[in-house]
Amino acid sequence: MVSHLFDHIDRSGSVTAPPSGGDYAFDRGFRGIAWMSAAIILALVAYIIIEIGGKALPAMTQYGFGFLTSTTWNVQESQFGILPEIWGTLYSSLLALLLGGIFGVVIAIFLTQDFLPARLAVVFRTIIELLAAIPSVVFGLWGIYVLIPLLRPVADWLNGELDFIPFFSTSLSGPGLAPAALVLAIMILPTIAAISVDALRQIPYKVKEAAYGMGTTRWEAILKVMLPTAGSGILAALVLGFGRALGETMALAMLIGNSNQISASLFAPANTLAALLASSFPEAGEVEVQALMYAALALLAITLIVNVVGLAVMKFATRKFEAER
Amino acid sequence: MAMRWLLAAIAAFGLTGGISTAFGQTSAEDASVTLQGAGATFPAPLYRKWIDVYTGMNPNVAIDYQAVGSGEGTKRFLANSVDFGASDSAMSDEQISQAKAGAKLIPATAGIVVLAYNLPDVKGTLKLSREVYADIFLGKIRVWNDPRIQALNPELKLPRQTIALVARLDSSGTTYATTNHLSAINPEWKTGPGIGKVIDWPGNAMMATGNEGVAARIKRSWGSIGYVEYGFAKRLGLPMVYLENRAGRFVEPAPESGQAAIAANVDLIPGNLRVFLPDPEGEGSYPIVTFTWLLLHERYEDSRKGAAVKRFVDWALTEGQGYSAEMGYIPLPDAVATFARAAVNAIQ
Repeated sequence: MVSHLFDHIDRSGSVTAPPSGGDYAFDRGFRGIAWMSAAIILALVAYIIIEIGGKALPAMTQYGFGFLTSTTWNVQESQFGILPEIWGTLYSSLLALLLGGIFGVVIAIFLTQDFLPARLAVVFRTIIELLAAIPSVVFGLWGIYVLIPLLRPVADWLNGELDFIPFFSTSLSGPGLAPAALVLAIMILPTIAAISVDALRQIPYKVKEAAYGMGTTRWEAILKVMLPTAGSGILAALVLGFGRALGETMALAMLIGNSNQISASLFAPANTLAALLASSFPEAGEVEVQALMYAALALLAITLIVNVVGLAVMKFATRKFEAER
Repeated sequence: MAMRWLLAAIAAFGLTGGISTAFGQTSAEDASVTLQGAGATFPAPLYRKWIDVYTGMNPNVAIDYQAVGSGEGTKRFLANSVDFGASDSAMSDEQISQAKAGAKLIPATAGIVVLAYNLPDVKGTLKLSREVYADIFLGKIRVWNDPRIQALNPELKLPRQTIALVARLDSSGTTYATTNHLSAINPEWKTGPGIGKVIDWPGNAMMATGNEGVAARIKRSWGSIGYVEYGFAKRLGLPMVYLENRAGRFVEPAPESGQAAIAANVDLIPGNLRVFLPDPEGEGSYPIVTFTWLLLHERYEDSRKGAAVKRFVDWALTEGQGYSAEMGYIPLPDAVATFARAAVNAIQ
């Protein structure tokens, strides 16, 4: 048996000792708990998917793929389609990723590349991470009472002067895509910034010194050495941020305007899958619940696809920029 | 799911209330009764006022009214989870036949649905003709300075702003009254979106829950227009459109013009008290007017509850009517109130 593995060794006069029975038990116990935790998580995900899938099944068989490409949501005639919501979800999340991604990475560079004294950088980082602690509903209220009034003159000007560009083709009445995407960007900013900071921190200082030693300027070192080296970590940050943007509910339900349309205009009201679920569920009858479950499944699938694609891109980036570590 | 839990909780609450009244009290006179009601948001402010005044005078009765929308109210009434329901679209014959303990529709009050809008820079009254407001709701007119709107309002300087429609997300009697009217005046509406408590609105419509939700959304959104019960728009100080009526006159939205609409059509009201006036006649009639109904069971298992419901509704139909006008609703014409009281009396 395993516990007798070391019995034949002569240990007289030695400070070393073989693992005791207790050690083995602890090891086994810990391993068991670890396996169990992993299994529970997987089982939970599987259970959620099966449960939602089971409830969505009647709608899936009835509407098929047409559900994903139809634009009607008519409870009275039991016609359901979620193309406008898919569009709104992707459009708002991509906009948020663009804004939040740029700002998040820039902040990460600012905090790690010796622009600030180390102590001040810690203070700044804490403040940014505090953003993550603000409840979604507070962001929603802030959007309604602060952001929208601020945005109105800008939107009016853009709509007045540049309305031949599809993005500015309608005027902002209040709730709409632009305020929703801006609030989303702020909400995903801390995730992106914090993980990017960690990724940049992980690079040994020697790498930077070597780059300087080869005669690079500060910006050449940051853009051509530091960022590519931290590439996979920053990509992971972006994927996580995008995932959060896709699923964000409360702030969007308050800000996006619950409007079942596909419009390129940034100032038009729209809808997202999560907001549709939140606003329609409380009143939904049996048939509508099935359709909503189907919509929930579609949201799950979109999130899954985003994560898988993100992982693939990350692997590619690691191979290209970081070689073997 | 949350709604189911809520329903369960309400049912459980009602049950314990029933048990405690059945066992705890002996005398019918001072037995305290709790009545549960749910339904339309349209008359909710008036019902709350009634409940407030009535329970103030009768402290042994507690009445809880939840404004959840006509559709949900009818559903709960049919599921027997409330003692009375409320709906602005009454009930269909099919629904009445589903009611296990029978259903009596008691008109409680009437009111007008207004088109409230939010154009901060436009001062003065906005007038819309029948074709124009139908086309706005059809999504055919999309900007405020559309020549057809401007032609009706030569004295206003209308902005070049997108029209943001606001409509009801939940199943609603206000929607029913509005679409009933639109169908009556516009053939394209009749064959398109049609009449219903839930409608597939044109895509640019923003959806909000409850009359208060629509009013709040209009208040926050510039360039918006939507349909709400008069009092909700009044309380938020929203400007309301002067609509063209059947006689071709532009009528100020007010309880008086609504009352004129009902007074001019009172002989149309049938014996079962279920009447809709999709396009009322009369010079001074406001075009979108609706009754709103209390849904009562024909037989109450708990006789004490039945008696309490009868007393409360009878009070609402007599003294209660005095509060209608001040809250922006239309008191029932005497003939209708008499009919309604007779119907209440027949409840067991």
